[in-house]
Amino acid sequence: MAGKTLYDKLWDAHLVQQRADGSSLLYIDRHILHEVTSPQAFEGLRLADRKPWRLDTNIATPDHNISTDREERAAGVDAIPDETSRIQVKTLDENCESFGIREFKMNEMGQGIVHVMGPELGASLPGMTVVCGDSHTATHGAFACLAHGIGTSEVEHVLATQCLVTKKMKNLLIQVDGELGTGVTAKDVILAIIGEIGTAGGNGYAIEFAGQVFRDMSIEGRMTVCNMAIEAGARVGMVAVDNKTIAYFKGRRFAPTGEMWDRAVSYWQTLQSDPDAVFDKTVVISGSDIVPQVSWGTSPEMVVPVTGSIPRIEDETDPVKRQAIERALKYMGLQGGSPVTSIPVDRVFIGSCTNSRIEDLRAAAAIAEGRKVASTVKQVLVVPGSQMVKAQAELEGLDQIFIEAGMEWREPGCSMCLAMNADKLGAGEHCASTSNRNFEGRQGNGGRTHLLSPAMAAAAAIAGHITDVRSLNQRNMA
Amino acid sequence: MKVFTVHKGLVAPMDRANVDTDMIIPKQFLKSIKRTGFGPNLFDELRYLDEGQPGQGGRERPLNPDFPLNWPRYQGASILLARENFGCGSSREHAPWALEDYGFRVIIAPSYADIFFNNCFKNGLLPIVLNENIVNDLFSEAEQNPGYQLTVDLPRQRLIKSDGEELSFEIDPFYKQCLLEGLDEIGLTLKEADAIRAYEAQQEIRCPWLFHAIK
Repeated sequence: MAGKTLYDKLWDAHLVQQRADGSSLLYIDRHILHEVTSPQAFEGLRLADRKPWRLDTNIATPDHNISTDREERAAGVDAIPDETSRIQVKTLDENCESFGIREFKMNEMGQGIVHVMGPELGASLPGMTVVCGDSHTATHGAFACLAHGIGTSEVEHVLATQCLVTKKMKNLLIQVDGELGTGVTAKDVILAIIGEIGTAGGNGYAIEFAGQVFRDMSIEGRMTVCNMAIEAGARVGMVAVDNKTIAYFKGRRFAPTGEMWDRAVSYWQTLQSDPDAVFDKTVVISGSDIVPQVSWGTSPEMVVPVTGSIPRIEDETDPVKRQAIERALKYMGLQGGSPVTSIPVDRVFIGSCTNSRIEDLRAAAAIAEGRKVASTVKQVLVVPGSQMVKAQAELEGLDQIFIEAGMEWREPGCSMCLAMNADKLGAGEHCASTSNRNFEGRQGNGGRTHLLSPAMAAAAAIAGHITDVRSLNQRNMA
Repeated sequence: MKVFTVHKGLVAPMDRANVDTDMIIPKQFLKSIKRTGFGPNLFDELRYLDEGQPGQGGRERPLNPDFPLNWPRYQGASILLARENFGCGSSREHAPWALEDYGFRVIIAPSYADIFFNNCFKNGLLPIVLNENIVNDLFSEAEQNPGYQLTVDLPRQRLIKSDGEELSFEIDPFYKQCLLEGLDEIGLTLKEADAIRAYEAQQEIRCPWLFHAIK
């Protein structure tokens, strides 16, 4: 019999029931809630007079629509200026209070973007099944969780039953061999992968990222990669456990301790695909070929190396793709054939569940240090992913580096990644953004997003246009 | 949950690939704490010329004349014809809520994003998968024939054109059952409460650290 993939192992370990109709009941170890996709689920529980199955698996925090402005945040929930946002955050507070769910409130240490605070608190741990009403839940796969986004009906289902009714996905292995060049980061790797397999390439699959590049990558870098599995169509993205994984969780707030830690570690060490495991599909990419990436269009697959040019309509033969390129060029206000470094930048956003962890901020600060934001750039937002990231960054003096460069240091939240709060682009503005989606209107009605790494975003802020970070004089670059 | 059996309706085209859920329902409308009322803001940025705000209906706003759903011939449409990877991106269930609230009961496309596809069935919306060539033909037929209607027969898994021609489609038996019976999934799962408890008891021995409360 063939060996098991990491996904097979996690699936088998959480299978409660295989039903005759082909669906499965999968047990959920950790459920993370936020203000936007949970109110209707709590309401559903109330209407049916149901209670959460197991309270201690749930953890909540507001992140999507809260202000990142220091004064607005300090004024508290009751002072959130936008009424609908205020109601939504208060509703989360009230629901968590009345159902007894542990919430890290808006200004409490521990609060943060769900996919930043979960791992840093050790609330999500290797080998767990983790779900959240947010498609970037795959982030937690970076340490061998079976983690994915769910809809609000499923949020209610998990609250009520601790299980998900689901079907097993297929296995996709993405192997990136070799070593990354200087200035090439986890973000560039995942953008290059999406460019290669397309935004629907992973539909129906759970991805395992393997190969030298991921073994060399930090846990935070792996989180950046797994975070964007959904942008390749896959609900799940995972990396096997290694010594880095175990070291990352030691001493985290909700991680086991003492004898329990030892038992957990010996289980976690089994969380790799067997050498003879069979994948339904395998994609192999050479890591040394990857250069810093930039998205030019309105889908994450519309990505080019920073050394490349914006595609021309006439070079595409497929009619549906041609139409998509034509539409994207028009929306983005770009000319096919021009170098991607010719794109001017109006605003820069450094943050989001993809790139707002301490390593991301260090990488951006290394570029910003001793430099000034170009006069043509209207705003540079640096938004830490959590209260803990913010505190650590301030301890290291990164906030001062950003402020001295002319950037704004903000309070933790999702911010301009999806522009549910006041942080948004104006129509026609180009943004160098470390977030995950460049869809039309994503960062503000008519806004034009260019996805790239934190170092590349900082470099764009300094240059005033998209630029190859490797061409800057990098004193501190790793 | 809403029951779906047989549905006959007007077909409207959405002729672009990779339609994402941000496009189906933009972020500002996600601040609602309700499940209903998203219909007027379905495809908001494509449908209107101004920027929509929560609570704003569609009536007083300037319509985009280039957007097919605004054309008189597609008013009252309940079957949406779409391209590949429909519903990609965000997991927001507000997307199927908005489609359903607008009046759509069926979507026909060559492929869907996984989370969106799954969310449809929770809301009585039937996403039908047909191969790209058939979808291409349906696009031409819908565009060439004003008032173009289709009948969707879920029990028989057939799409019936007005001239009687039938196309068959595949659907997972579990999803089919959910739609046909409008099942309360939570109620069904709770019937298996003993199996869930048995799993927990076993798991607590195997991985006890998973049963340490978050404090």
